[in-house]
Amino acid sequence: MNQQLTSAPVLSHPMPQFGSFALLLALMLSVYTLLAGSIALWQMAYGRRGRISPEKLAETARRAGIASFIAVASAAFALVWASFTNDYSVAYILHHTNRDLNPAYKFSALWSGQEGSLLLWAFLLSVYGFVLRLKHKVDVRLSAYASTILSSVQVFFLLILVFAAPPFALWQGAPQPDGFGLNPLLQYPEMVIHPPMLYFGYVGFAVPFAFALGALMMRYPGEKWIAITRRWTMIAWLFLTCGICLGMHWAYAVLGWGGYWGWDPVENASFLPWLTGTAFLHSVMMQEKRGMMKSWNVWLIFITFLLTILGTDLTRSGLVSSVHAFAQSSIGSWFTTFMVIVFAVCLFTYFLQRDHLKSENKLESVVSREASFLFNNLVLLAACFTILWGTLFPVLSEYVQGSKVTMGAPYFNRVAVPVGLFLLFLTGVGPLLAWRSTSLRSIRRNMILPCIAVVFTAVVLIAFGVRPWKDDEAAGGIYALLAFSIGAGVITAISSEFLRGAGVVRTQTRKNLLSSGILLVRRNTRRYGGYLVHFGIVVLFAGLAGSAFKQEKELEMGFGDSIELSGYKLVCQSFTQDSNKNYDTDYALLDVYKGTKKITQLAPEKRFYNASQTSSTMVAIHSTLARDLYVVFEGRNPETNRPIIRVIINPLVSWIWIGVGIVVLGTFIALAPSIRPALTGSLTPKSEERELQPVAGGAA
Amino acid sequence: MTRRRTYQLVVLFFAALLAMGAADAAGRFSSIGHKLVCTCGCTQILVECNHVGCPDSPKLIAELRGKIASGDGDTSIFNWFAAKYGPTVLATPMRGGFDNVAWIVPVSLFLLATLGTVYIVHRWNRRSQPAIAGVPSSTAQAPSDDLRDRIRRDTEY
Repeated sequence: MNQQLTSAPVLSHPMPQFGSFALLLALMLSVYTLLAGSIALWQMAYGRRGRISPEKLAETARRAGIASFIAVASAAFALVWASFTNDYSVAYILHHTNRDLNPAYKFSALWSGQEGSLLLWAFLLSVYGFVLRLKHKVDVRLSAYASTILSSVQVFFLLILVFAAPPFALWQGAPQPDGFGLNPLLQYPEMVIHPPMLYFGYVGFAVPFAFALGALMMRYPGEKWIAITRRWTMIAWLFLTCGICLGMHWAYAVLGWGGYWGWDPVENASFLPWLTGTAFLHSVMMQEKRGMMKSWNVWLIFITFLLTILGTDLTRSGLVSSVHAFAQSSIGSWFTTFMVIVFAVCLFTYFLQRDHLKSENKLESVVSREASFLFNNLVLLAACFTILWGTLFPVLSEYVQGSKVTMGAPYFNRVAVPVGLFLLFLTGVGPLLAWRSTSLRSIRRNMILPCIAVVFTAVVLIAFGVRPWKDDEAAGGIYALLAFSIGAGVITAISSEFLRGAGVVRTQTRKNLLSSGILLVRRNTRRYGGYLVHFGIVVLFAGLAGSAFKQEKELEMGFGDSIELSGYKLVCQSFTQDSNKNYDTDYALLDVYKGTKKITQLAPEKRFYNASQTSSTMVAIHSTLARDLYVVFEGRNPETNRPIIRVIINPLVSWIWIGVGIVVLGTFIALAPSIRPALTGSLTPKSEERELQPVAGGAA
Repeated sequence: MTRRRTYQLVVLFFAALLAMGAADAAGRFSSIGHKLVCTCGCTQILVECNHVGCPDSPKLIAELRGKIASGDGDTSIFNWFAAKYGPTVLATPMRGGFDNVAWIVPVSLFLLATLGTVYIVHRWNRRSQPAIAGVPSSTAQAPSDDLRDRIRRDTEY
């Protein structure tokens, strides 16, 4: 294809020309931000002065960074414009759109291919940079460091966009009346928001990375940089969480295999920075509260950023094969080189400044909040390594043995699920432990209710037929039983801790329990937002555990034929065909009965897209809180021409999406500022309070 | 019943549950079929791949049924499939030799990291005690947890 592309003759294609020019301008501005910013910071650090004062030079760098945002935004606008105006002189538009494409997908074409998604990355990075540079007064010098580091990342992406994967390259073949169309798998509403969410998450981790590296370079005094970057990290984490879960839902509703997570390399690549980012969000509290784990935290955020780049590399380099890799090319080497450079810079800076990262305190007890964070980090990193190892092992195997191996879902389920359950257990135990140390008496007192909940839930589930030892499809697995039981324990632990706090506020304020609870949350949004996130994770785990009870059936169906599964009866009413300009549809109309009552009608489809000459399934799902009835039109039997319908019962799937909603809500609460409590009569003598103040830093 | 006996029973209960989970299998066909992948490129588990018109899965499933009917052992069936279709037909590495590394490394690393963490915590703990000599040790003479809880609530909420 590259042979057919060339630069546009001047002014013959004004919008592509404008876009190319905007990218070039953005690159120049970003290079200026990087160079001028670096020189200014060097002058400040060593007390040198040139003709322009370092402060003024740094200010010009900041403004150039802001201007680069406008330039990149203009380039993104030009590409969207080309998509909406069906400008097939642009090769990217020709390959990823067609005239009859829904306008929403014409917009999402911006990130449907390699060049566009790189442009989206550069655009989102410029958005983050824009906000960072506008809010520089929070700490001018540290922001200058972060802005300069961020501009170096921006330079890398713009270099690729200008030289290796230009989105405005022109089509040099015969003029085409219509585009080749968008990949049918991408023509689904969630694809309009899933990639930007995911990219907002990926790109967002560049900001805390830049702050961490900047703080290390300038030997930033104190831990204020962590407070500055906390919101940035949480926002990036939130976007990544939403992006991953939207991807799960897309896979569930579009791919038609009845699941939502297949441990595909691309799925894994998005999960890796999420794991290390989560570890960072926890361990950074130890640095904030007790001045511990400074080196660990710095490396956690370095690794998180490197993993976001690795994820992009895996998607594009073709190193591992994936059904999700929509944009493969040879630019993987660019990413590998960039990762090596970033790692070298991080390592060099760390060795140069490592004496600045000495812990102020030591861990005093294995039974403490600090230790629970440490183990939480250990487990999260173990999960991260295990998944990374499983993802890359086929490459290693090919190198060592000369043959590739498959690392399928059974491998990941066997090694990652136990780790996940241990993590679930820690989400319940951690909040019950005090900072510094907790006595056994206190543990016993706090743990008794959660332990009762665990045993009680296990007994009830076994009594109601969850018996993993039975050779029965509906009996579930051992992991499901453990997930439900541990989940019940965690919810009990979180609830009891919350109610205990609300009780204290009620005593102090004499309000009712609900008002006291709300006040409690408002007084420490971070802690109780965190608890809500943990609660959401438990709900999500419950939804995932439901997959152990999955049932399915497949049948070739004629008019009036029926299929029964798990209390549902599906009766075939008709098969029909339809078409519009974009695609032709084959679909079945199935009446769904529960007992004798008709509850709904489902219409699973098989679509054939004219422009791309490819087909895809549109699954029909009837969702309830207890289970999803998931119906796939698999196609027609070539011999009988009768449709083949696959029916799957997916228990508890709705709880996954509800859990994600709770996680999002909890994160929003944690992001909100806390209110200061009104002065109430202290229950503690002043001398004791002063002596024991460090214990009070118990924000979760 | 002594406390030790109670703990032993709890450990036994969970160990028994784990052992039962390991033995869980819905028939040999399903068990083996879930350890093979379809070779058509869909990367799905063999017995879950039922695309209409899939060129490979019906043939592979028939071969699997034939092998089970002929009384071959699990290992022999896996070896036969790996020899005929290449090692990628196996859903997980299971041929022994270097394939074992896939399983050993994550578990070993996790164990090493856990032991390392416990060692580091132990060392920190030992170091911190002489460092605060003269000051009451927080673990040895910590104020009661009730008081700690009360102070935490007072100063934080």
